[in-house]
Amino acid sequence: MNVEVMREYLPLYWRALLLTLKVGWIGVLLAFLFGLICAVTIHLGIPVLRRLFKIYIELFRNTPLLVQLFFMYFALPKIGIRISPEVCGSLGLGLLGGAYMAETFRSGLEGIPAIQEESAASLGMNRLQIFCYVILPQTISVSIPGILANVIFLLKETSVFSVISLMDLMFTAKDLIGMYAKTIECLTLLVIFYLIMLLPVSILGSWLERRVRYAEFGD
Amino acid sequence: MNQELLEIRHLHKSYGEHTIIKDLNLTVHKGEVIVVIGPSGCGKSTLLRCINALEPIQDGQICIGGESIHKDDKNISEKRQKIGMVFQSYELFPHKTILDNITLAPVKVQKRKRAEAEKEAIELLGKVGLSGRKDDYPRQLSGGQKQRVAIVRALCMHPEILLLDEITAALDPEMVREVLEVVLDLAKNGSTMIIVTHEMAFAKAIADRVIFLDQGEIVEESTNPKRFFENPETDRAKKFLDNFQYEKN
Repeated sequence: MNVEVMREYLPLYWRALLLTLKVGWIGVLLAFLFGLICAVTIHLGIPVLRRLFKIYIELFRNTPLLVQLFFMYFALPKIGIRISPEVCGSLGLGLLGGAYMAETFRSGLEGIPAIQEESAASLGMNRLQIFCYVILPQTISVSIPGILANVIFLLKETSVFSVISLMDLMFTAKDLIGMYAKTIECLTLLVIFYLIMLLPVSILGSWLERRVRYAEFGD
Repeated sequence: MNQELLEIRHLHKSYGEHTIIKDLNLTVHKGEVIVVIGPSGCGKSTLLRCINALEPIQDGQICIGGESIHKDDKNISEKRQKIGMVFQSYELFPHKTILDNITLAPVKVQKRKRAEAEKEAIELLGKVGLSGRKDDYPRQLSGGQKQRVAIVRALCMHPEILLLDEITAALDPEMVREVLEVVLDLAKNGSTMIIVTHEMAFAKAIADRVIFLDQGEIVEESTNPKRFFENPETDRAKKFLDNFQYEKN
């Protein structure tokens, strides 16, 4: 393994990491939002929308991200909808993740006993107040392990972005191998950079999980 | 004492085919303490839940302060502010401190100033012997302490009537007393209350009026609790009260 070569490639990997982080985290944020909106709508049983969101969840949970990206990047332009690779990546990740997050939030919501809602109602809170001050904070905190697993899963899924010519980590590694055939060096760097991206999330996540759990439930 | 606060007329409540409460009439006056007893499944808790409009009712009317209350009312949350309720399982909000549990509704619902609500909360906590626990979370408190906080939380909304639903049923015997003393104090200070309980000695001590409920009907009603508990008029009440007597023969 040639360390000198690896050092030479470093700037390219850093640039790819930044792009992956940017597109990835915007995607995660979108996923969080989509998931929350879906879960709440389904939980409250809002007609029509509820059904629509259920279809969305099943559609995106049961098709690979690769296919979703292909569709958005290559099929949509044929009907006049053209989106840049970056937007496409974030949006694809957000839509896929939204379906997963929705299920996570929904199981969290269902885990809050109905009598919590009643005790808030008996204090004169209206539905919105009950939801914002009593149900939602508890839902998010019981959902943290699930949310965390989804975030890590989604950030790893960014590795398929190369198919829509987004210069992410995977793309950079493949490109360099194609040009210079330094396979070991390039793949080692790839592993290291994925770890740089994901290890902090894991560590921060379990710390957060412990903290929130402790504040709420004791241990 | 003779101002009518709560009036229930011909209340009928059922779950599908199964009737829980049938044709129940009850008038509660300001400052009155009503104790409801009866075998489990007799509809005691359901009655309280109907009064607080947590349950839809099939027939009849429930009026609080002359105003009818029903689960589907548009301004139901406004009406519920007049009614305080304490549950068997406390139902404090686990993600909030004791102080926040108490002030959440006064601040968000009644739009009172936080400082003022907190001042009252701390004062009330002092009265139930918990002023030192305001920054703790519910999980750090014992059952009896949690239940006292739940009472304070209901009181801080200044309800006109307080509904207590078997509030000591989940507590260890030595914690029962600390909670019931608080309730006795409230009664002394003229709070209007409807209490569902299995603590007969407590019921006898606190009640202005005892209501014995069986199979969704008021079987016996007495404004003389002492006489009721010692010598009930109906056989059903007698049979029920005998459950609390032990004799070795």
